[in-house]
Amino acid sequence: MNEILDPLALARWQFGLTTLYHFIFVPLTIGLSLLVAILQTVWVRTGNAKYLRLTRLFGKIFLINFAMGVVTGIVQEFQFGMNWSNYSRFVGDIFGAPLAMEGLIAFFFEATFIGLWIFGWDKLPKKIHVLTIWFVWIGTVFSAYFILAANAFMQNPVGFELNEERGRVELQSIGDVLLNPVALTQFPHTLFASIMFAGVVMVAVAAWHLQRGQFVDEMRTTLRFGAWTNILAFIGVGLTGHELGMVMTQTQPMKMAAAEALYDSASGADASFSVFSLGTPDGAHEIFSIRIPYLLSFLSNGTFNGSVEGIRDLQAEYEAMYCGGADSLLTCPTDGQFAPIIWVTYWAFRWMIGLGALAALVSAVGLWITRKNIDLPKWVWKVAIWSAPLPMLASLVGWIFTEMGRQPWIVFGVMTTEQGVSPGVPGWAVLVSLAAFTIVYGALAVVEFKLIAKAAKEGPPELESSDSGDGEPDHRQFATVY
Amino acid sequence: MELTTIWFLIVGVLLIGYFVLDGFDFGVGMALPLLGKDDTDRRVIINTIGPVWDLNETWLIVAGACLFAAFPEWYATMFSGFYLALLVILLALILRGVSFEYRHQGKGREWTRWFDQFIFWGSVVPPLLWGTAFANLIQGLPISRMDNGGWLFEGTLLTLLNPYGLLGGITLTLLCFTHGLVFIALKTEGDMRQRARSLARTVGLVTIVVAAAFLVWTIVQHLENPTLPLIIACAAIAAVALAAGWIANAVGRDGWAFTGNAVAIGFALLAIFSALFPNLMISTLGDAESMSIAGAASSQKTLELMTWVAVFTMPLVLAYQAWTYWVFRKRISRDAIPAGAH
Repeated sequence: MNEILDPLALARWQFGLTTLYHFIFVPLTIGLSLLVAILQTVWVRTGNAKYLRLTRLFGKIFLINFAMGVVTGIVQEFQFGMNWSNYSRFVGDIFGAPLAMEGLIAFFFEATFIGLWIFGWDKLPKKIHVLTIWFVWIGTVFSAYFILAANAFMQNPVGFELNEERGRVELQSIGDVLLNPVALTQFPHTLFASIMFAGVVMVAVAAWHLQRGQFVDEMRTTLRFGAWTNILAFIGVGLTGHELGMVMTQTQPMKMAAAEALYDSASGADASFSVFSLGTPDGAHEIFSIRIPYLLSFLSNGTFNGSVEGIRDLQAEYEAMYCGGADSLLTCPTDGQFAPIIWVTYWAFRWMIGLGALAALVSAVGLWITRKNIDLPKWVWKVAIWSAPLPMLASLVGWIFTEMGRQPWIVFGVMTTEQGVSPGVPGWAVLVSLAAFTIVYGALAVVEFKLIAKAAKEGPPELESSDSGDGEPDHRQFATVY
Repeated sequence: MELTTIWFLIVGVLLIGYFVLDGFDFGVGMALPLLGKDDTDRRVIINTIGPVWDLNETWLIVAGACLFAAFPEWYATMFSGFYLALLVILLALILRGVSFEYRHQGKGREWTRWFDQFIFWGSVVPPLLWGTAFANLIQGLPISRMDNGGWLFEGTLLTLLNPYGLLGGITLTLLCFTHGLVFIALKTEGDMRQRARSLARTVGLVTIVVAAAFLVWTIVQHLENPTLPLIIACAAIAAVALAAGWIANAVGRDGWAFTGNAVAIGFALLAIFSALFPNLMISTLGDAESMSIAGAASSQKTLELMTWVAVFTMPLVLAYQAWTYWVFRKRISRDAIPAGAH
């Protein structure tokens, strides 16, 4: 019974659940606000009503999704205090600053302009109104940056000094915190991944209609726009992912070793990337694997002849560094283990890359076979429709990799996860909240999915002419429909 | 003035902003089942806050983040201490937030009714619990210092549910309710405006009685407090503003009525912050256990940085938010709601 009510384990499950759930909606918000802004801009510039109808269709999907991003974000902010109060006391001096900056600089901005965009169709001139959705996008991007900078501090703490007396870390340089190399690489990587997701959602919606021969003109435009977006963003994801991998090797070598399940240090040809591998149950010995020589060295160092440290060496290194000295009270995990759960990191890393690449492949093939107006067999459209969740799943396993790979640390090298949990919050209270969030989030996931599917299936709406009879579409209808 | 005091004031201003702004949309949510006779009515009511409720709620998120950055000890102790109360608030805000967007997206009456219920309860529960929590903060709570320098809340959810705390919760809920009714009167035309006004008269009277009781009880509890003159001054201004707002509503001056309510909520909270000063959490286990503003604050460097950020962003925030209210200044009527747009 005690094990079930362990506040630490429950708090970790709750953080994982609520964060991953939040991370379904946020990337789509970031990506889709950009694509909707582009569609609306094209409409304003060309006057072609097709783009207004597409703006409205994807604007609706965007808004259904946006609501979920906002409400699940509130939970994110408060649960640091609820479940991780020791962590919050310890890092608040630094970690709180980017959160507060997000609020003051980005979040107010985004929340204000989303209201203006939704309800401002008939109240603002066309050219001002299109700016509001661009502002929403800029807000989401800034917001993402500050949050990733806060996360980067957990991965690679910089710009701080330890105040032993107060038992906390204190800010030394906000420049270092905001320009953390992990944040600088994580940010474009996440941004491109988000845009990919939005692109594939467009591809899926278009495929659904094209399979039925509906809205052919609009949906061909959507399909090709979405597919190009997806492919270009994938290139961005790959390039930035490589940069991120190298920064990660520098800052968190154990994470890279765990990503590859590399127990012994290797270099050159031996630093190979395993596409697939089966190991003994304890994971320390390999039974079978398919390997690409030199690739791991390249991923980690940018050269083919570099070396990559293995888990065993790093374990010994960390033990000497953290478990013997005067600092040991602060940093040595109780079980003395410095490696994360290897099978999780190993497979999450592969699924992240594989799912993302698969999504881009579907789009690339799709662009090729739809370059002329031809009838395609049903299964082709089905593949396109089912590719929609691929980038989302890739992002989710990417975050599982990032956060699980950081264990046993909550702040790398400074504080362990077990030290960060709230004292005085009983396990049953955490269990109640975990259950409540699971039920509410689960129900809302069903509702959100149904609403998005419904909006997508209705397709681009017909536009009524306005009463003034100038042939302009009536914008007023948007103001009250959303 | 000390930077720590400045940040106490900034967090206070953000919280006042939150309760004044989200306060009226909570009130509008409470009024939904009472004033909304049919679907068109309910759409009119929701559209009064449609463009602004999200940015109003953002004040909470920003206040929370600033509280985290400026007073990590306060953030950590209060949010882990009020765990279950906060959980209920979060669930209420989640269900309320999605409802504005989702109620009209599905088909059928049943669907809409569910989300209208969420809007109502999601608007009642947060002010009730926030009010209870704030009242408890100034009444004092069983908090103690830990060995590692932090503070620990040693009570439970039941600790919060005492008569004074609950009266604080009811007071804030009623203040929000009146505020919302007056806002509906300010933003609508015709029959809806009349109904909102007349309901605001009744609810306003109850609010005045309850709020007066709460403020008097607060003063009595703090007779020994060095900030007593300040508490009394703030409480008096709140009381006068609330009464003036009621009169303005009775004579049909919607704008003044709304202003009166806003001032009342603002100064009622200022009375609470005065009672708290110079502490953030008052301990019932002895003065030495209380959490002082200075003791819970971040380092000088962080506070300086955050001050610069606040100085540059707040005027901008106020400017574009004011612009939003200006863009949506027109009253809303039933005629503006196209058929089928519910």
